[in-house]
Amino acid sequence: MQIQLTVNNTVHRLDVPDSALLVEVLRGQLGLTGTHIGCDTSQCGACVVHVDGRSVKSCTMLAAQADGQEVITIEGLAAGEALHPMQDAFRNCHGLQCGFCTPGMIMSAVELVQRSPGLTEAEVRKGLEGNICRCTGYQNIVKAVLEGASGMNAPAAS
Amino acid sequence: MNRFVYSKATSPRDAVRSHGKSTKAKYLAGGQTLLPAIKQLLDAPERLIDLSGAGLEGIDVGRKTITIGAMTRHADVAASEQVREAIPGLADLAAQIGDAQVRNRGTIGGSVANSDPAADYPAALLALSAIVHTNARKILAERFFLGLFKNALKSGELITKIEFQIPTTSAYEKFPNPASRYAIVGVFAANFDQSTRIGVTGAAHSAFRWMEAEDHGRGIKNLSNVGLDQSTFNNDIYASATYRAHLLRVLTLRALGRL
Repeated sequence: MQIQLTVNNTVHRLDVPDSALLVEVLRGQLGLTGTHIGCDTSQCGACVVHVDGRSVKSCTMLAAQADGQEVITIEGLAAGEALHPMQDAFRNCHGLQCGFCTPGMIMSAVELVQRSPGLTEAEVRKGLEGNICRCTGYQNIVKAVLEGASGMNAPAAS
Repeated sequence: MNRFVYSKATSPRDAVRSHGKSTKAKYLAGGQTLLPAIKQLLDAPERLIDLSGAGLEGIDVGRKTITIGAMTRHADVAASEQVREAIPGLADLAAQIGDAQVRNRGTIGGSVANSDPAADYPAALLALSAIVHTNARKILAERFFLGLFKNALKSGELITKIEFQIPTTSAYEKFPNPASRYAIVGVFAANFDQSTRIGVTGAAHSAFRWMEAEDHGRGIKNLSNVGLDQSTFNNDIYASATYRAHLLRVLTLRALGRL
């Protein structure tokens, strides 16, 4: 079927199988391999992207369901060479080891901060329930999200 | 993943008509259970009918009831100030379903239609005397949930909205499975002018009302001697039936204590 996706501000007209998952189209047809597939059970969150401003698991949404909508992937966060404040915070705080879960973590974290700017540590932990990391033990991820929230809320970043 | 034909319905009537074209058709609401099931080959529909364009979203607050469209996402129920004001327990419940990404896609109609024994909404439907509206009729919650993933819907019957009675007070208490976030036990308690109602999910094959505890109502401090039929209680690697019965008593006391 024919669909139209706006991905990271670029409009794409695509011919996709009815049963194609959004993540398969992003990775396979558009070559945006920053969005990862970490599990087959919709639990790990490595594939999180934003669709019309909401964080979703792109492995649990059909590409057809995203027809006409706006998708932002991890590749669409930075402004040129300048990292998004949340990306920068993950680097500063060492919020990753192998990095496989990181794109999903960052996409979830960005929406979390957009929804509730004055986050507490407990809210960050609850907000990341859908993202699994097997390396870090989460401490530095939580630290990174809190620092990223400060960066996103700072006047200079807005 | 098996292949299927996808179509997007433009109205509830259009959805029902499309469903009639195949014996292996399924409605696609939020897809947070159905799509994983298809990926794992636990389900293999030949046709998926997307309901997102059928005009089934929305929250309507009346004097005595709140009516929530079947395609309303959990995140929208959780964030609704109208819901929080009228039935705070229901907003709390929606905020505890799955994780943030599931709440952004999952819908109330999809959850109710799936009738998972550990889903959260069924407890609220039972405690709030909800009416399930379909394309064909209205079904009382107590006559809707019939067993393990079993409900009163006929093939092709489409949930359009859920109508909740507004109680004087309400509270939801949940002990989630730490991995799946489904309820090992969840208790929704609500007070109405003349009665207290308790809806339970997770504990048994199907959500149910714990009527013996309702009779004691508010103010009770100990539920250990209150009758509880455990014949259909779930007993699995996560929690034994005995442990679930214990959780149910503890969570019910907590929920009643918040009314």
